[in-house]
Amino acid sequence: MFCRVTSDPIDPQGAAQHVRSDADGAIVLFSGVVRNHDDGRAVVGIRYEAYEEMATEALEKICREVADQFPIGDIAVVHRVGPLSVGDVSVAIAVAAPHRDAAYKASREVIERLKREVPIWKRERYADGDEEWLDGTIPTDPSRN
Amino acid sequence: MRVRSLFFASYRDLVGAEELELDLAEGATVRQLVDQVRSRPGADAIPETPVVAVNREYASVETPLREGDEVAFIPPVAGG
Repeated sequence: MFCRVTSDPIDPQGAAQHVRSDADGAIVLFSGVVRNHDDGRAVVGIRYEAYEEMATEALEKICREVADQFPIGDIAVVHRVGPLSVGDVSVAIAVAAPHRDAAYKASREVIERLKREVPIWKRERYADGDEEWLDGTIPTDPSRN
Repeated sequence: MRVRSLFFASYRDLVGAEELELDLAEGATVRQLVDQVRSRPGADAIPETPVVAVNREYASVETPLREGDEVAFIPPVAGG
């Protein structure tokens, strides 16, 4: 398991290398990328911010629980913070599993839970010079599960 | 007792600080801390019952606080 919040550029292939093993026949690699539009507005970049210590712990908890939920080998998640431009990778998730079905499902579960539970925020910068914190999701409290 | 409060993203903009050391009566809960924060100018735009984390774990406003606790005010999250 490898969970990091980093201000360095993300190499998704690096995440894949963290999970690869001879017992796993599938690696699913998801990359979240900054796109040039949101809700009809032209976007030039996003600044990500995290409560880093808690975000890392929350990612580790998600990875542990998803690994218990699906028959997979290993998971790596890396989330970027700081100023990003269009095309930059904001998050990479690599899941290795003996078979592809579990790898796809686990990858999906990690990104969906990340978006609901992990204390990370984004401020979009628009082509017109405006900036805004994006409306997020009220985090679900996993301790109440 | 002294408690350290952290503010992120839009909440930091509302409070005008990323961190505050606040004095609370012994036995106070997160509720008293939230009320004290919200009484600051501009900070009343923080929800009456915001999501908080005490020492990096999500916690309810009824959670009792202790000297040196770290209480983070967590705006709606938007990672990914």
